[in-house]
Amino acid sequence: MEQNNFKSVQKSVRKKDSMQLLLGKPVYTEDICPKDALVVKLMHSPHANAIIETIDTSRAKLVPGVVDIYTWEDVPNQRYTNAGQTYPEPSPRDRLIMDRHVHCVGDVVAIIAAENEKAALKARKLIKITWQVLEPVLDFHTAKDHPILVHPEDNWSSPCEVGADNRRNLVASARSSHGDVDGIMEDCDIVIDHTYHTKAFSQTPMETFRTYSELDHYGRLHLISSTQIVFHDRRILSHALGIPKSRIRVEKPRIGGGFGSKQSSVSEVYPSFVTLKTGRPAMLIFTRKESMEMGSPRHEMEVRVRLGASNDGKIRALDVYTLSNSGAYSEHGPTTVGLSGHKSIPLYTGSLEAFRFDYDVVYTNTMAAGAYRGYGATQGTFAVESAVNELAEKLGMDPTEIRDKNMVRQGMVMPAYYGETANACALDRCLARCKEIFDWDRRYPVRDMGNGKVRASGVAMSMQGSGISSVDVGSATVKLTEDGNYLLLIGAADMGTGADTILAQMAAECLDCSVEDIEVFGADTDASPYDSGSYASSTTYVTGGAVVKACEQLKQQLYRIAADALQCEPDDLTFERTCIRSLLTNETVPLSEIAYKAQCFSQYAAEATASHSSPFSPPPFMVGMAEIEVDTQTGEVTVLDYMSVVDCGTPINPALARIQAEGGIVQGIGHTLFENVTFNSDGKLAENSLMQYRIPTRQDMGNLRVEFELSYEPSGPFGAKSIGEIVINTPAPAIAHAIYRATGVWHRELPITPEKIVMSLLDRSASEQ
Amino acid sequence: MMTIKNYVRPETLEEAWQLNQKRTNRIIGGMLWLKMGSGNVNTVIDLSDLELNAIEETEEEFFIGAYATLRQLELHAGLNTYTNCAVRDAVKDIIGVQFRNLATVGGSIWGRFGFSDVLTVFLSMDCYVELYKGGIVPLPEFAQMKKDNDILLRLIVKKLPGAFCYNAVRIQRTDFPVLTCAASEINGTIRLSIGARPGKALIVADEEELLKEGITEECAAAFAEYAAAHVKTEGNIRGSAAYRTQLIRVLTRRTLLALKGGEAC
Amino acid sequence: MLINMTLNGKKITDDVEADLLLIDFVRKHGCFSVKRGCETANCGLCTVLLDGAPVLSCSVLALRAHGHTVQTLEGLQDEAAEFVGFIADQGADQCGFCNPGFVMNTISLLREHPDPTDDEIRAYLAGNLCRCSGYEGQLRGIRSFLNSRKEAKHGAE
Repeated sequence: MEQNNFKSVQKSVRKKDSMQLLLGKPVYTEDICPKDALVVKLMHSPHANAIIETIDTSRAKLVPGVVDIYTWEDVPNQRYTNAGQTYPEPSPRDRLIMDRHVHCVGDVVAIIAAENEKAALKARKLIKITWQVLEPVLDFHTAKDHPILVHPEDNWSSPCEVGADNRRNLVASARSSHGDVDGIMEDCDIVIDHTYHTKAFSQTPMETFRTYSELDHYGRLHLISSTQIVFHDRRILSHALGIPKSRIRVEKPRIGGGFGSKQSSVSEVYPSFVTLKTGRPAMLIFTRKESMEMGSPRHEMEVRVRLGASNDGKIRALDVYTLSNSGAYSEHGPTTVGLSGHKSIPLYTGSLEAFRFDYDVVYTNTMAAGAYRGYGATQGTFAVESAVNELAEKLGMDPTEIRDKNMVRQGMVMPAYYGETANACALDRCLARCKEIFDWDRRYPVRDMGNGKVRASGVAMSMQGSGISSVDVGSATVKLTEDGNYLLLIGAADMGTGADTILAQMAAECLDCSVEDIEVFGADTDASPYDSGSYASSTTYVTGGAVVKACEQLKQQLYRIAADALQCEPDDLTFERTCIRSLLTNETVPLSEIAYKAQCFSQYAAEATASHSSPFSPPPFMVGMAEIEVDTQTGEVTVLDYMSVVDCGTPINPALARIQAEGGIVQGIGHTLFENVTFNSDGKLAENSLMQYRIPTRQDMGNLRVEFELSYEPSGPFGAKSIGEIVINTPAPAIAHAIYRATGVWHRELPITPEKIVMSLLDRSASEQ
Repeated sequence: MMTIKNYVRPETLEEAWQLNQKRTNRIIGGMLWLKMGSGNVNTVIDLSDLELNAIEETEEEFFIGAYATLRQLELHAGLNTYTNCAVRDAVKDIIGVQFRNLATVGGSIWGRFGFSDVLTVFLSMDCYVELYKGGIVPLPEFAQMKKDNDILLRLIVKKLPGAFCYNAVRIQRTDFPVLTCAASEINGTIRLSIGARPGKALIVADEEELLKEGITEECAAAFAEYAAAHVKTEGNIRGSAAYRTQLIRVLTRRTLLALKGGEAC
Repeated sequence: MLINMTLNGKKITDDVEADLLLIDFVRKHGCFSVKRGCETANCGLCTVLLDGAPVLSCSVLALRAHGHTVQTLEGLQDEAAEFVGFIADQGADQCGFCNPGFVMNTISLLREHPDPTDDEIRAYLAGNLCRCSGYEGQLRGIRSFLNSRKEAKHGAE
């Protein structure tokens, strides 16, 4: 491992915006936009599959204050996708702004623009629709090749080869394998074969989707939106609205959380449409109910794992099949599913002789899924890690020993991970350290606490990626200011993670200054350099790489400017903290002077922009251990302790990395134990509010402890990999494992509610009698 | 959000009562449930100025004003000493402090909600409601009455010496309960109430006199079986009827045994 | 309808509709720290102090505050500034959208319990949801503020 004495990197500095946020300053979309903007409200379909026969807005338009109401008749008939992905998006183009044929409950059927909210809501009640209600496809098990098609439209299209076929309700489909899976499986002493089911969990950022739009001084469409993907938004809006990309500007202010939900363009198009039609500023704020019913939740998946092993605990073959439910639209369907295999199978590179990974992604008439932290890896990790725990319990082996025997280690080539080499991998040390701090040997045995209470523990490992290899592009512009400080412009989106701050730390490290000397601006499609956006655990690794490059290029620019001043060649100069020094004469020019020189008769800008992309996506690794107490009579589960050790390469800001881990773990605990997603027989979501969709409170998560095992990723900035997503993956398999230990029953569907636990125990004791 | 045309704070109960006789007018409590409705209300009647927000304790009784908040219940020393903290236990997991600072006892009791922790715990006590026109009515009777246009003024809890206990199961800590169970033993008589069935809380009468000889492990278990067999449960988003029946079995037994243990808080 | 109240120390008179909620009233009067995160009184983002007690301003009619005192984070900057830096040191501010409600309720917690236990902190703040931080960093921040206050007191003695 490379040893470094960093000055700004690997330091826990405060987030640059922290005091603004903690003191409640107006920094979010709704706070900063004009208060006289038109209020935009949406009317939603109550049906999962239906055709609008007639829609009558005439009475609604008479409500005083209503400016206009738009329906499917008013929008372009050109299909697009909301997925915030690099062009050409792998997600098939299946959406219209409004469609006469609605595909799920919540689909937008009318856009209402009014001077105030009351008028808009009153008008909404007066819109009359006659429906031709069709039978929906609600069960994702039977969706493929179902006689009812979710998207029968002729102008549906799929620009990428992802195996999509709207005539088969397929969003994507693929097969892949390595080695003789069937032969080895047959030769195995033991085969674990189970199917694991995870739901369409909601990201639930505290700030719901919202967008403000106006025409700027040049008559261009200008958006201020709570988004992770300003550049993708610009392209998506252009496709949806049929206007040139150059006529659109998208910026994000501070945003109140994303977790991937805002990697789809969920709210942007509606106020934009109103602004284009009326010429007036417009604002749309989703209610929580709208955010739950037409957001962009996790893909519900069923992952079947066949795991072949020898009696001594060697894992020889993995055969994974994933069925993913994309809902009514394709967003992120073809890509999330891949991670369910690609980020789970390679964990066992150490021993695997063969693997197979097949999948189908289907359309159903339920809410469309999207991107959620973990992005398929979470679902795959629950399945594969649970299967490994089932193997351990079946063989009577300690599950940490089984992992030690089979895990991927530094230097190994990972055939199940695009043939990449694990150049930085401390997974073995993570496991050893986690065992130690958790006191695994003492806490793994089951303990009866009396009165029906049982304590037990479970374990899981995880990996993710760092950006999308050979796709994601991060960019940074660094400008010298006249006081010798710097401005860092980025197109990545800090959604509360502290991305702005850790990128500034990297710039400070490169430019040998303090983090306070770097101001950060982002993100704005007019001002920021291009960035794919903040998703896929890319910002630290990919955009961070761009920051390093941009700083290096800025120095070259400064040498050119200084060379003029010092009458020498740029190559004769060296960069120091506050000045440029001549290696020949020892003369110096202060940076502030260089900045002024760049403003007076200069051929060179005191700024530089660099882009970065990587052919690799180095995986971070993690081990999580949970101790729980189960009340075997009521089924209640109390998480007592959750300990984890993470290898994210070099943590650029250990405090922020730790919070990422803690936040991800608590979301994972919520999915495991109580966040639920159910639909009634008409396809209507039951858990459509924070009253019914219960996210964890601070009394639901027990004690958390996070540590880091350092590794050094040679292709990453300062040895960094990623942290944002991996942290959500271990709670489900670790807690399911602990519940098995406490009760003797495996639960293979999330969430594992008290009822499921108790009823399974009652069923078992009934069958034993 | 419901729409409201007028807001009135009456200065007398009679004025409030008169206003409340109109079908389109509504008395508000904490507004927590009411505001989620989507109907139209002509006038909301706010009883804030009628001094209904106190909890008073005398030698024989507690008088709990209809506008006392759940937070007041939680923090009231006398009430919690008397009930072995059963009252505090019943309300402490309801959403959060900010919610409980608004939610009123009157709103909870008047609503006669199925999920009500508050109704469950007071049903286990010797408790009455005082209505402006209807006078004093035992709480179990009130719980069965249809909503009318009267005004709930206060709860009256008789301070008969006894033991109290409250238990509930929640899937997530501050969620609605899946089942609630409260019990008291007053002068040797045991009274147990079960709520969130998900129907309205009710008292489980000891018709087979299973608890006649006091609480033992065996009779607590027998009474738990009796309750599970006789209390009607249904399924909803939080749990099936069968699961609730199991919880009745467990919570009844545990609550009775805790009564016997007489755990102080 | 006419409303008079004291908002952050300032007497305010306004003409409001009967169904205007306190959250919308205070935002209209420039208190943008007060956020809405749900429609069901579950998230705690809209916490303000009404006559000193923390309440959900999404569930209070503005007219209910007629004749009363309302405080938002805009009016309690100094009291907040005493401890929020400790939260920032943990990085637990994160997206910040829940911060004002959390800070307001923490102010109330610290007024009621000057020296709370960890469980008291968790219980008092249970109604403040946060999806980013996992809560532990917020707890560490409060704990480190309390410790530093104790040390300062100790040093002064």
